[in-house]
Parts: sequence; structure tokens; C-alpha cells
Amino acid sequence: MNKTITGAMILICLLAALTGCAKGEPENSLTVFNYGLYIDESVLSQFEDETGIRIKYEEAPTPEELYTKYKSGAIKYDVLCTSEYMLQRLINEGELKEIDFSDMQNVSDIGEEYWEFTRSFDPENKYVMPYFWGTVGLLYDKTKVHGDISSWDVIFNGEYAGDFIMPNSMRDAYATALKYLGYSLNTTDEGELREAQELLLSQKKDVSAYLVDEARDEVIAGNAAMAVVYSGEAYYAYEENHDFAYCLPEEGTNLWIDCWGVTRHCENVENAKKFLDFLCREDIAWANYEEVKYASPVKSVMARMSEEGLASDAINPSPEKLAKCEVFIQLPEETTDLLSSLWKELKAQ
Amino acid sequence: MNKRSLLAGPYILWITGFTVIPLCIIIKYAFTSRDGGFTAENILAMFTPVHLKAMTFSTLAAVICTLICILLSYPLVMAIRRLGLRGGSFSVFILILPMWVNFILRLLAWQMILSNNGILSMILERLRLPAWDISNSKTAIIIGLVYDYLPYMVLSLHNSIDEIEDDLIEAARDLGANGLRIFFRIILPLSVPGLLSGIVMVFVPSMTSFVTANVLGGGKQQLIGNVIEEEFMVTMNWNLGSGLSVILMVFVLISMTFTARNDDPGSESKVW
Repeated sequence: MNKTITGAMILICLLAALTGCAKGEPENSLTVFNYGLYIDESVLSQFEDETGIRIKYEEAPTPEELYTKYKSGAIKYDVLCTSEYMLQRLINEGELKEIDFSDMQNVSDIGEEYWEFTRSFDPENKYVMPYFWGTVGLLYDKTKVHGDISSWDVIFNGEYAGDFIMPNSMRDAYATALKYLGYSLNTTDEGELREAQELLLSQKKDVSAYLVDEARDEVIAGNAAMAVVYSGEAYYAYEENHDFAYCLPEEGTNLWIDCWGVTRHCENVENAKKFLDFLCREDIAWANYEEVKYASPVKSVMARMSEEGLASDAINPSPEKLAKCEVFIQLPEETTDLLSSLWKELKAQ
Repeated sequence: MNKRSLLAGPYILWITGFTVIPLCIIIKYAFTSRDGGFTAENILAMFTPVHLKAMTFSTLAAVICTLICILLSYPLVMAIRRLGLRGGSFSVFILILPMWVNFILRLLAWQMILSNNGILSMILERLRLPAWDISNSKTAIIIGLVYDYLPYMVLSLHNSIDEIEDDLIEAARDLGANGLRIFFRIILPLSVPGLLSGIVMVFVPSMTSFVTANVLGGGKQQLIGNVIEEEFMVTMNWNLGSGLSVILMVFVLISMTFTARNDDPGSESKVW
């Protein structure tokens, strides 16, 4: 019996050694890590053809899973794309390399305002490059609401009781309440958070469901009059059927921005820079926009956009409305703990 | 070393790699705080009101689900028994057929049926019956749990009840017992092993499930499984998530030893 166990151990060790050996990669390659369905995959082979750099492409569905997979260290990723609060965490942990964006020709086509947004977590603009951005707002069915929807008020005043969907993600849910109350969505003030909690607790009886991915489809299916969604989802619904509209609430909301960064494992920074620059090239940025349908920070994409897209708050919100939006920053641990205990209390009610 | 223990090799490898080692890692996480020191806080956290509430709801949902499964299974299994060998195995086949479809897809189908604009409300409207809005409610979760785990109860009961000799029932009838008496004095006692393994197979997974509550509860109802999932995926407090998992495992173990102790030692309880 003992020998069996020893045999098993030897086998495990052998397997481990074998995977360890697989390091002999060709030098001219780049390991890219991105969210699923977040690029037009044909641009990857185009990049390979143009530069001769071979791309290994890996995907993860959520920021948390992307982070876990990255941290496990099984694969050495060279460049990765994720959301601002996760990038902030990676920067704090020293996982990203400084990049000099100034000598990258196409990167200069990224609008100044987007560098301004990323400065909230990358103050000197030396770690990350904006890729796509958007807001969190209300997707609604015009045939089911009365009057204009312009404020978070409609989900807190009981008018649409049982007919709206809240986000099933902690920070997005509290962001709606905090913004409605006029506070910052990055607040660390316990009183403000508790006030938001009171509001959400009293709202819960009116909420039809807390959903993330299915929220849009529930509105399209006619099961709810409105839902809190990401702007890209709303634009998708609008393209399906023009009865759907998107409201960027006047009190302001969360603005999210997904960016690329180069990891500390990257040995050939020039290749990584080539790839990032390539993503900002006019034809490539447009192809990715067409695939993903989120707002692009690249000016040439905005210039080519249809009037419909430009008129939509989902793709091209007005600067006055944007001024009230905030990017999530990573909260200190005490605040995160408080928030998650409040969230659990809300969900358990 | 004989050949038989060699055959156990793959099993030992599997169990070590995918059960024993992960379990040790979970236990290690459960007893450490986020900065690495020893703590019992993650374990004790189960007794805070929020967690207790989720735990109570989970237990309640699992108990109700198990009871409904038992009540539905007995008449069904009795009917299958009466159908004889060929008809019976066909009925069992029909019953487990939905299990070939992925479990998430089946839940999504239930979501379609129960939603505000769904098939259920359409039928009620056609029949001019009052609307019964159970979408995203506790009832919807229990319907989903029962639908998912009913086949396990039916299969294990079917195994014990099908083995009961016809002679026993005929003898009882000869001696003047009516159907009800036959059921309570013969069928029920003889089906206890199947019933117990059915209870374990329904109670444990419904106690620990979280997907059903996510899909059919609309995120408004928290089972303890949902709390644990959020600790891992959202809050990323793996230590607390592990602590709660360990307590849940202990709870499940206790309830299982309880059913095992009541098991008749003479008869072998067969699962399939």
C-alpha cells in the first residue's frame, strides 16, 4: 500500500517537472490576457502577419477571475486588459511595468479626457492605456414608462415597484444609492454608507431582481420596465429595438474604463508596446469597436461613428453629464469589509 | 504489493489531488486571518445574524425540498412498481431523461416558466385565473430544488421498493390488510434504506446549492452557498469563505451521521 502512495507521489512530481519544462518558448511571442468577447479576434492574426510576433491569447470572464488566474503564475502574461479598480490593485502590488507612451504614434490618438480619468489611479499616466469605457445607467422600455427618465429617482420612489432590476454587484448597487443621495461613490464615510444602506433596504421590496448579465435580456423580454446596466448593454438593446433607451442619470454615476497594462513578467517590452500601439491604429480600433460596441477612447473611432451612436448617451454622453461621473477607486480594507457586511445584510433581508 | 492495491492507484491519486489536498488548503484558509496569523474568527462568523439567517433559510429550504421529494416519490415509485419490469424501467428512463440536459439550462427554462411574462402567467391568464407572481421568490427556489433533486429520491426509493417480494404483500392482503396498512406496515419499513440514501442525496446538495438561488431567486434570497460564493468571487475574502465552508461541511457531516445511525445495519443501502 505504501508503495502505491510513493508511486503516486513520484507521478505527481514528474507531472510537475514536465509542466515546468515547457518554458522553451520562441522569443518573439507575446502572451495577451483579456476579457472574453472583448476584441475582434481577426486583428490578432493581422498583428502576427504584420510584425511576425506570435500571439498567445488567453481570456477570463471577470476581473476577479482574471486576477486570480494572473496571480497563480502558471502562465507568464505579457500584457493584460482589465478594469480600473483591478489595475489599481495590480499597480499597488507592483505587478505592472512603467511604459513610456510618448513615442507611440497611434496612442496619441487617445483623447486627453481619458488619460485624465485614468489619472485617478495612475497619477502620472505611466502604467495603463485606455481601451474601452462606459457608464452604468438605466436601460428602460419607452412603452412602459411615463415621462422622461432622467434621474435615479425612478428606482427609489416606488413608482415602478416590482418592475425594475438592480445590479447584483456590490459596488454598482451602492453607487446608485450614493449618487442619488449626492455622495461620492468612493466614500469611506460610515455615516454616508449607512444612509445608502437605509435607502437600499427600503427599496428592496420594490426590486424585481438583482441581476448582472441577465438584466438586459429581462428588459428585452418584457419582464421588467427598467434595469441598471452597463452602457454597452443598453446600446445593444437599442440596436435590437428602438423602443429601448438609456438614461445616464443627472445625479451622476459610475464611469468605468478598461485599460491595457504591461506586466512585470514581460521581457520584450518593445513587442508589448507594438501591440498596444497597434490596438490604437485607426482600422484596428474601429474593428474592435464594431465587435464590442462599447465607447472607444480613440478619436478616429468617434469621428467615424454613425449619428445614431453619437446621439446616444450610451456611447457618447455629454461632457456636463460626464463631469458628474466618477471612476471607482479601490477602497481601504476597512471600508470594503463594512461594505460587504452591509451588502450581505441587504441580501439576507 | 499485490495487483489489487495497484488498481487503487488512480483512485488514490484522484482523491489526494482533488479532495484531500484542496480540503487541507480550505482548512488552512479557514483558520488564518488575512494577514496570515491564526484565528477562529472565520469559523465563529457563522454565528453572526446575517450568516445565521442564510444558514436557517438554507436548512429550511433543504428540509422542505426533501419532504416534497419524499411525498412525490412514494406514489410515483409505487406506480412504477405496478408497471412491472418493462414498463417500470421505461418510466425510470423517462424520469432521468431531463438529467441529460445541463442543469443550468434546466434552471433557465424554469426561469422562463416562472417569470412575470412567462409561460405560467400566460396559462393562468388564458384560464382567467388570478395571477400568481412567484418569480424571484423563495417558492421559486424550492420549485427549482425539487425539480433538480427529485430523480435522486425516486431512483433510490425505486431500488428498495422494487426489491420487496410480491409474496409479502400478497400474504398481508390474504390476512386482511388494506392498501394503507400494507403501505405503512410493509412497504414503508422495508424502503427505509432507500429513503435514507435518498434523503442524503437530496438534502446535502440542496443545502449547499447556490446556482438555483441565483437563477430563480433573482439574487433577492441568500442561501448559505450564495454567501460563500460571494466571499470568494466578489469580496475576495477567501479566509471567511473557507471558514463558512468548513462549518457548512461539519453541519452536513453531522446530519449525515444522524441518518447513518438510523440506518438498519442488517440491510445494505444501495444508492443506484
